[in-house]
Amino acid sequence: MFRLCCRHGVSGDAIASAARGNRYRRRVSLLEVTDLRVTLNTARGPAEALRGVSFALERGQTLGLIGESGCGKSLTALALMGLLPNGAQVAGSIRLDGIELTTLAERDWCRLRGRRLAMVFQEPMTALNPLHTVGRQIAEPLRLHKSMSRSQARAEALRLLERVQMPQAATRLDAYPHQLSGGQRQRVVIAIALACGPDLLIADEPTTALDVTLQREVLDLIAGLVCEDGMGLLLISHDLGVMADRVARLLVMYGGTVVESGPTSEVFKHLAHPYTQGLFAARPRLGLPRHSRLATLAGRVPALADLPTGCPFADRCPRVADVCRAAPPPPVAVGAGGGPGLRPGLGHEARCVRLNWPVDHDGLPNASPSPAGTHAASRAPP
Amino acid sequence: MNPALLVVEQLSKRYRLPRQSLLRPAPQVQALDGVSFTLQAGKSLGVVGESGSGKSTLARLVMALEAPSAGQVRFAGEDLQALAPAALRQTRAHFQMVFQDPYSSLDPRRTVLQTVAEPLALLQGAGRVLSADERRERALQALADVGLGAADLQKYPHEFSGGQRQRIAIARALITRPRLIVADEPVSALDVSVQAQVLNLMQDLQEEHGLSYLFISHDLAVVDLMCDEVIVLQHGRVVERGAPDTLFRQPQHPYTQRLLSALPGLAQAALADAAE
Repeated sequence: MFRLCCRHGVSGDAIASAARGNRYRRRVSLLEVTDLRVTLNTARGPAEALRGVSFALERGQTLGLIGESGCGKSLTALALMGLLPNGAQVAGSIRLDGIELTTLAERDWCRLRGRRLAMVFQEPMTALNPLHTVGRQIAEPLRLHKSMSRSQARAEALRLLERVQMPQAATRLDAYPHQLSGGQRQRVVIAIALACGPDLLIADEPTTALDVTLQREVLDLIAGLVCEDGMGLLLISHDLGVMADRVARLLVMYGGTVVESGPTSEVFKHLAHPYTQGLFAARPRLGLPRHSRLATLAGRVPALADLPTGCPFADRCPRVADVCRAAPPPPVAVGAGGGPGLRPGLGHEARCVRLNWPVDHDGLPNASPSPAGTHAASRAPP
Repeated sequence: MNPALLVVEQLSKRYRLPRQSLLRPAPQVQALDGVSFTLQAGKSLGVVGESGSGKSTLARLVMALEAPSAGQVRFAGEDLQALAPAALRQTRAHFQMVFQDPYSSLDPRRTVLQTVAEPLALLQGAGRVLSADERRERALQALADVGLGAADLQKYPHEFSGGQRQRIAIARALITRPRLIVADEPVSALDVSVQAQVLNLMQDLQEEHGLSYLFISHDLAVVDLMCDEVIVLQHGRVVERGAPDTLFRQPQHPYTQRLLSALPGLAQAALADAAE
């Protein structure tokens, strides 16, 4: 299938016209990801790193992806950008304006990246080329995708730098990345991402490397730009606080699956999935009494090759039962947000078969590293 | 009253920047400017501020890894800069450091045993010669303190997760049974759930061994949890100090207020809840 499409190839113009056609036929989501599965080659053989991720994102909307390292957040972003590591196998579907992306040839990916899909990376120092001036790096996508002349691209780069509120933009145009501070570098990365007016902006931990005060400025900036341009924003973060403020819908990921999804306010209100509860309880919060202990999750994130066949969280879950290990749990509607009749992927859902099982929070398995499973299993409610 | 464990007086540090022109003196940056504080044994002092505010410079000066431009660091009554190199090396057994990034602070080519036992060389200088068995025994104890076991002694850092590596780094700091641990952003490279485990561990160790922490972090919530007193650094100066309860609820200095108002809404809500 993949080879066939590669050989035929899809020209960029064909993509554009198909997109227009689709818009007339029915309302097509800007981005529609259905049952996305990615298999990576590891030292221990192929391992499924994404196990059926589905979501949709419209223009002007914001979607958050949250989870700890190794849960598949960044891999999802890389799959959306067509930047998966060599040897990765993709199944399922990613549609941008109705165009299937998983079968695109590399040449067609190149026409999309930077033009309709753009990404802001976590570490601005490694995302920028230290040998080129920032002006040249911002101009690059403009020269490539918009065929601008050198001087046009430079003028546009200056406008973009001003738009991301770079102080003294005109002089910074000829600066090299090492001459800028962390916050200024991240502004340059954002300017590059915005250069061609993309439809979808993916921001992968855009503020993790920055100070709290800068973090707020950069997030404000991204939010403002998304609002002005009407892009879709996929924000990836491990920071619950950032998510609560910045995105309308939230996906909680664990072990390559979306374990809970819903409107951000609903997710924070119900904290339905035991993993979401664990994440929330483990966060140090201002105002906790001194020396109070934080609730922790037993065990640790299993290696990709060791993910259980059933619920990926089973070995660490305080509510685990035999049924959890048998098969991956289906999504279950939570509260009023997930009533029947709603299109799947719009309500509030959690992949847990024991959603309404009572659990005492203080009783979450504690810090001492215990062999995963034994500890958690013994805590199953009677 | 006991003498204070750590006294820092009017500490200043200037760094020379690369010379811009032959005709002008090289520019300097004032990384620390007249910082003073006292840390009692068994207590924890938090240092908060943005990057570039001098937090890490303060850590390096307290660890006597660099010499101050002015001022004094006195550990258990002794001026660290006045000590002869050999004496300083012996005193180092009493103050150890945990770094931010457990991926770069452990030597990938050394086993856990070699890494954790290395600071024991400090004790050997003091005339005590430890046999290989004793070193192993001490390393095992330190690992047991942080929840790791004998099976881990011969492993290499790449075989561990981030949280486990930070435990190894803490074990390395603990092995000489120090009285002070300087922790420079010890949990900021870790995931939320792992962060909780390491913070709990650090609190347990403090209770067990009566440790003092100089705890550097940009995360106000972590400092609030861990520390008895907080100093806020801006441009190398202490702009505000106090107990976290009062400091974070009634910040006086505009900079502290700005740090707090930059927090996401969720954190501010928690603060408001706690104030009620």
